[in-house]
Amino acid sequence: MTQYIIRKILVAFPTLLIISVLIFAVLALAPGDPLAQFALNPAIPQSTRNRIREQFGLDKPWYVRYYKWATSMTQGEWGYSFSSKSPVINIVMQRIPQTLQVVGISYLIAILIAIPIGVISAVRQYTLFDQVATFISFIGGSLPSFFTGLSFMLIFAIQLHWFPIVYSTTLKITDFVTFKQAINQMVLPVLVLVVQQTASLTRFMRSSMLDNLPLDYVRTARAKGLNDWTVITRHVVVNSIIPVITLVALGIPGIFAGAIITENLFRVNGLGQLLVTSIQNSDTPVVMALSFIFSILVVIFNVIADIMYGVFDPRVKYN
Amino acid sequence: MAVNAADTTASQIAELANKKPRTLWGDAWRRFQRHRLAIFGSIVILIITVGVIIGPYVWKVSREDLDFTAIMSSPVSTHPFGTDELGRDQFARALYGGRISMSVGFTAMLIAVSLGTLIGAVSGYLGGYVDEVLTFITNLFLSLPTLPLLLLTVYLFRDAVTAKLGLEFGMFVIVVVMVGVLAWMQTARIVRAQFISLKQKEFVEAAVCLGVKRTDIMFRHILPNAISPIIVAATLEIGNAILSESTLSFLGIGFPPDTPTWGRLVTDGSQFLQTAAHLALIPAALIFITVLSINFMGDGLRDALDPRSRL
Repeated sequence: MTQYIIRKILVAFPTLLIISVLIFAVLALAPGDPLAQFALNPAIPQSTRNRIREQFGLDKPWYVRYYKWATSMTQGEWGYSFSSKSPVINIVMQRIPQTLQVVGISYLIAILIAIPIGVISAVRQYTLFDQVATFISFIGGSLPSFFTGLSFMLIFAIQLHWFPIVYSTTLKITDFVTFKQAINQMVLPVLVLVVQQTASLTRFMRSSMLDNLPLDYVRTARAKGLNDWTVITRHVVVNSIIPVITLVALGIPGIFAGAIITENLFRVNGLGQLLVTSIQNSDTPVVMALSFIFSILVVIFNVIADIMYGVFDPRVKYN
Repeated sequence: MAVNAADTTASQIAELANKKPRTLWGDAWRRFQRHRLAIFGSIVILIITVGVIIGPYVWKVSREDLDFTAIMSSPVSTHPFGTDELGRDQFARALYGGRISMSVGFTAMLIAVSLGTLIGAVSGYLGGYVDEVLTFITNLFLSLPTLPLLLLTVYLFRDAVTAKLGLEFGMFVIVVVMVGVLAWMQTARIVRAQFISLKQKEFVEAAVCLGVKRTDIMFRHILPNAISPIIVAATLEIGNAILSESTLSFLGIGFPPDTPTWGRLVTDGSQFLQTAAHLALIPAALIFITVLSINFMGDGLRDALDPRSRL
C-alpha cells in the first residue's frame, strides 16, 4: 500500500513539472511585453527600461528564464503585483481560505447528497423517484452556473431577503452572531456549486450502481439470505463508488471553474475573483502565480483521489 | 375461396417485395423517434438555429438603435425581450448574439472532435509505446485547469490575434481554438476504446492481408464502424462548448464589450437584477434551453445508436 502511495506521489511531480513548463511556455510565447506598463510612463527613459529588463533577466534565453522562474516559484518568491505592488504570495495566501472553504464545503455536500440519491435511483429504477431524480439531474447539468447563481440571488437574496446579496469580505468571526452571518453569506455560492456538481455525480452513481446490480456476487449475497439493505450498502455501494471517485477527481478542475464564476457573481474574495480582476488589469505576475496554483491544486487532488482509489479498490494495489 | 386465397397471397407477396428493406440507420431513426424528450430537444434546437440564422433578416428592428425613451422596458410586442439601459432592443441583440454563440459552439466541437478522433484512432490502433505516450498526454490535458487556462490564453493572445484578424473574427478564432483544444480528451478516450475493440475483428485482419495502408485501415475501414459514439460525443460537446463560451463572455473576457453574445448579455443585465431582472434572466434562459435541448438530443442519440439494443 505504501508503495502504491509513493508511486502515485512520484508520478505527480513530473506532471506538475510539465504543467509548469506549459504555463511558462504559454506566457513566454505570448506577444506583449511584461514591461509594457513602464512604456507608458514618460518618466522612465529607454535606457532605464533596458536596465530593468537586464535586471529581471528578460534578455536571457527561455530555458534560463524558466529555470529562474521555477526555482523562485518553489521557494515562495512569487514577485510583486503590478497593480497593488504587494508581494503576490501574500495576496494569494489571503484568498486561498475563502476559495477552499466554498469549494470544499460544496463538493462535500454534493457528494453527500448525490450518492444516496444515485443509489436509491438505481435500486428503484424507473419508479417515480428515479424519473424525477434523473430529470432534475439532467436539467441541473445543463444549467449554466451563472444562471443558477442569478436566479438564486434574485429569489433568495433580493425578493426574500434571506441571505445577503454580496459577500462581506471584512467579516470577522468573533461571536455566534458573526459566525451565523459568515455561514449565511456562504450559503448561496455553496448552493450554486452544489446544484452543478450533484447533477453529474447522481447520474454517474446511478449508472455505476446499475452496472453492478446484475452481477453474480449480488445474487450470491441474496441467496445467502442477507437482506436487501445489507447487500446494497455493504457490497454494491462500496463497489459502485470506485468509478465515482475517479469522476470526483476528474471533476476537480470543473469545480474550480465553477468557483471562478460563483466568486465573480457573489463577489467572494477568493482566487477566482482574483484571477478575473488581474486579467482585466493585465497584472501578469498574479496571473502566472494563480495559473500555477490552480494546477498545483488540481494535481494534489488527483493524487488524493488516486490514493483513495487504491484504498477502495484492492485490485489496483497489486498492479 | 381457393382463388381468393391465392390472389391474396400473391398480392401480399407483391407488397412485401416492394416494401423498403429495414436499414441500420432506419432502425436507429425509429428508436430515436420513441424518445419524446429527444424529439422535443431536436425541434427546439432546430427552431433556435433557424431563428438565429434568418432572424436578423426578418426582425427589422435594429440592434444598435439607441432609444432613450424606452430604457429598460419590460417585454412588449415591439420589444419581445425588452430593452436594455441604453434603449437597445434585446430581441435583436439576442438573435445576433445567438449566431455567435451557436457558431462558436459548433466550430469548437468540430475542432475538439477531429482532434480527439485523430489522437484516439492513432492511440487505439497503433498501441504500444505510442499509445502510452498519447494516453499520458490525454491524462495531462484532463488535469489541466480548463477555465484558468482559457482565461489566461485569451488574455495573452487577444491583442496580437485581433490586430491581425480583426476584432470579432480574431476573438472568434481564439475562443474556438482554445475551447476546442481543451475539450478533445473525452472524444479521444471513446475513440481509443472503440478502436481497440474493433481492431480485433476479422475485417481488419482481411484488410491487413490485402495490403491496405495503415491510414486507410484506420480511417476508411474502422472509423465508419466507430462513428456512433463519436456522434453522441460530438452532440454533447456542442453543449459544453456553448457553455464554455458563454462563461467566458460572462466573465467579461472574450468578445469585445459591445458584442451581444448571450453570456455578455447576462453580465450586462446582472447589474440591473433588482429593477429589470428580465435583462439577465432571458439570455441566461436562452443558453439553458439551448444546452438542455442539445443534451436531450444527445441522450436520445445515445440510446438510438446503441448497438446493444435491437428493435
